[in-house]
Amino acid sequence: MSESDQGYSAVAEAGSVLERRSLWLRAWLELRKAPVSAWIGLVIIVSYVIVAVFAPWIAPYGEAEVHPQPYAPWGGDFIFGTDQIGRDVFTRLIYGARNTVGIAFVTTIIAFLMGGGLALAAAVRGGWIDQVLSRFVDVLMAIPNLIFALMLLSMFGSSLINIIMIIAILDSTRVFRLTRAVAMNVVVMDYVEAARLRGESIGWVMRREILPNILPPLVAEFGLRFCFVFLTIAALSFLGVGIQPPTADWGSMVRENAGLIQFAQYDIKAAITPLLPAGAIALLTVGVNFVVDWFLHKTSGLRDEH
Amino acid sequence: MSTDTDDSVLLEIRDLRIDGFSDERWHEIIKGVDLTLRRGQVMGLIGESGAGKSTLGLAAMGFARPGCRLTSGSIRFDGVELMDAPESEKRKLWGSRICYVAQSAAASFNPAHRLIEQTTEAALSHGLQSGAEAQAAARELYRAMQLPNPDTIGDRYPHQVSGGQLQRAMTAMAMASKPDLIIFDEPTTALDVTTQVGVLAAMRSVVEQFNTAAIYITHDLAVVAQMADVIKVLRFGETMEDAPTREMLSAPKHPYTKSLWSVRALQKEAEKSDDIVLDVRSVDAAYGSSKVLHDVSVRVPRGKTVAVVGESGSGKSTTARVITGLLPPSAGKVFFNGQALPAALRDRSVEQLRQIQMIYQSADTAMNPRHTVGDIIGRPLEFYHGLRGAAKQKRVLELLQLIELDGNFIDRLPGELSGGQKQRICIARALAAEPDVIICDEVTSALDQIVQEGILKLLLRLQKELGVTYVFITHDIAVVKAISDEIVVMLEGRVVQQDIKDHVLSPPQPEYTRRLLASVPEMDPDWLTRLLEEQADVVARADGD
Repeated sequence: MSESDQGYSAVAEAGSVLERRSLWLRAWLELRKAPVSAWIGLVIIVSYVIVAVFAPWIAPYGEAEVHPQPYAPWGGDFIFGTDQIGRDVFTRLIYGARNTVGIAFVTTIIAFLMGGGLALAAAVRGGWIDQVLSRFVDVLMAIPNLIFALMLLSMFGSSLINIIMIIAILDSTRVFRLTRAVAMNVVVMDYVEAARLRGESIGWVMRREILPNILPPLVAEFGLRFCFVFLTIAALSFLGVGIQPPTADWGSMVRENAGLIQFAQYDIKAAITPLLPAGAIALLTVGVNFVVDWFLHKTSGLRDEH
Repeated sequence: MSTDTDDSVLLEIRDLRIDGFSDERWHEIIKGVDLTLRRGQVMGLIGESGAGKSTLGLAAMGFARPGCRLTSGSIRFDGVELMDAPESEKRKLWGSRICYVAQSAAASFNPAHRLIEQTTEAALSHGLQSGAEAQAAARELYRAMQLPNPDTIGDRYPHQVSGGQLQRAMTAMAMASKPDLIIFDEPTTALDVTTQVGVLAAMRSVVEQFNTAAIYITHDLAVVAQMADVIKVLRFGETMEDAPTREMLSAPKHPYTKSLWSVRALQKEAEKSDDIVLDVRSVDAAYGSSKVLHDVSVRVPRGKTVAVVGESGSGKSTTARVITGLLPPSAGKVFFNGQALPAALRDRSVEQLRQIQMIYQSADTAMNPRHTVGDIIGRPLEFYHGLRGAAKQKRVLELLQLIELDGNFIDRLPGELSGGQKQRICIARALAAEPDVIICDEVTSALDQIVQEGILKLLLRLQKELGVTYVFITHDIAVVKAISDEIVVMLEGRVVQQDIKDHVLSPPQPEYTRRLLASVPEMDPDWLTRLLEEQADVVARADGD
């Protein structure tokens, strides 16, 4: 672009052409600017994922392997001792990462596919479809989540599929509300109208025109929603209707070993045992929130003034 | 304190440099600009978007907007150096001695407070006046700004007055503390021509009355000619030319200034044709229960341009929505090549959709920001003509060539294009469908004049080469002169007149057509004065009868 050029040329018009950077380079640039909290969050998430994926190789014993000594103390063969029927607590913590995190992840994905898909359809089609879906979601949301989940689980039984589907459906209502709200802002754009005028199908409008433009808030919501699902599953397990033994799960581990807390005055280590899975839940939730905070801040266009 | 005859230097900017931050780097966006403004003087600041007009205007207040920094130079306001003044010092000046009027009054008013509360806010917070005094002063200003019911209009909320009134109230707000300097940043750009005239007249008289100095930022040369004593032309952050208004208008020196001036000279020979391609027959249409079109008939001849003109709210865009099928009419039909089109979009065949394409006013929102130029132009090729892979790529390149852009643009995103380039991509997208009719809805009104000219030339060339028909919706009469064969004048959802261009633009005309044409600013510094006198005459004569 030459500035001395006095004639008019469309090509030379001043547009701000950004440097072409690869996805990895862009990600690295963003990460370099990321605050410490985001880094902490990322490290936490990555280590949980590694533990979950490589659980069988990391864990010293099998998931449901019973040892002769129940309530073994810390140290020796069992780093964190054993539980009430003699299973290694450390091993079960590691497998718990796989089960609790994995199930929460699958559940969140299903919730997003259902809630997000229906919300996009409601936003694009509008009219009675939107009304019916929105009112149905309102009805579901009117009932407290945990109580509703407990009721449904006692009706259908606590199988893994039931847990995943029930929590996914309940959480998809929240996803529906958010997706519909952000999609509504995009639906009114001229480019969506242009696509309709072209005669595009509703699926194309949803996937190609709207979805890419609402992705940032949805990704942030995915992080938060994952935390809620994760906590709900842990809570249900704690109440005994969640993931069933012998599958290792942090929520049920807290419940099974809760009684040990009373022995704090005799053996402080034993009393900490039920707090370990609780801590694992808390740490991951905090980590995910750190990352989501950073991501939201970055994509919402808020800039710190340097 | 200033007196009415005082013409000492009020604002002096020397060798000002400002950096802007984008794409991880600092770029110089104002490159050593000098500016001298005397008391009571109005300076017009013109240039394309991106020329640094607004940045310079804000810098005159000692303010750098987020993402900008003042690097060097000096800004002296009435003897005070603002360049290194502390924030608290500048805050004392802002809102009391220097005021700012933004482009969009609607976005600048807080919708939750009454107008008068917001008008008096600055004067009260600076402790210049008591509440009652400030309110009385505000009413006086409403009167000076020629607002209707000046005594009570302040009790309304911003949404209860029209856009033109809001812009006047905004100026009144800026005048409330009797500042020495007002910065107007494109204050009438968002208004209709007929509304604009009144606002300009009110602004000019108030500025004269209080001997306020002003910097008037705009890209409309005709407007600046009415307002400014001196004009400064900016481009790429540098001063191109500085001269008193009359001198600049009659004898522009710099080649760039000359090119700005020549824009409005574009003309087209109107031709009559009876080969009708699109025929809108006595259409009524309504949004919900409010009826917006009454018995509208428009005939569009093949290969010609029909311009639809009128103020906002006259039903221009609604007519376009009826033609495209977005808004099914409640009565009447649209005929295409002699056949009635189904009223609703979903009943039309893909072939029928292909034949009528649309280009939008705001290219920013008309293109999906996440799609590349190649995707945007390629989609209609794929959708209507089944082109894929290399064939599609080849056709996209041809289309880019046709709109005077090159192949480098194919993988750019809309955010990386200038306004004019975006609009060109939209034109290419419409052309990709190979339509018979293209509806252009205010396609040039968001663009700078020089870019407008480029787009209009392109549209004319495409019509000559490809024989496309345009329905051109606009409120800009200069554009109408440049491009149309026939003109449809609309008012309040009715067609006032449809005829070939020369008949509409020359007398005898219906009363409304005459008033609309008279409101279009001309490049003559006396135009506004003359128009106001004429209107006063008409009123006086009417009173005399």
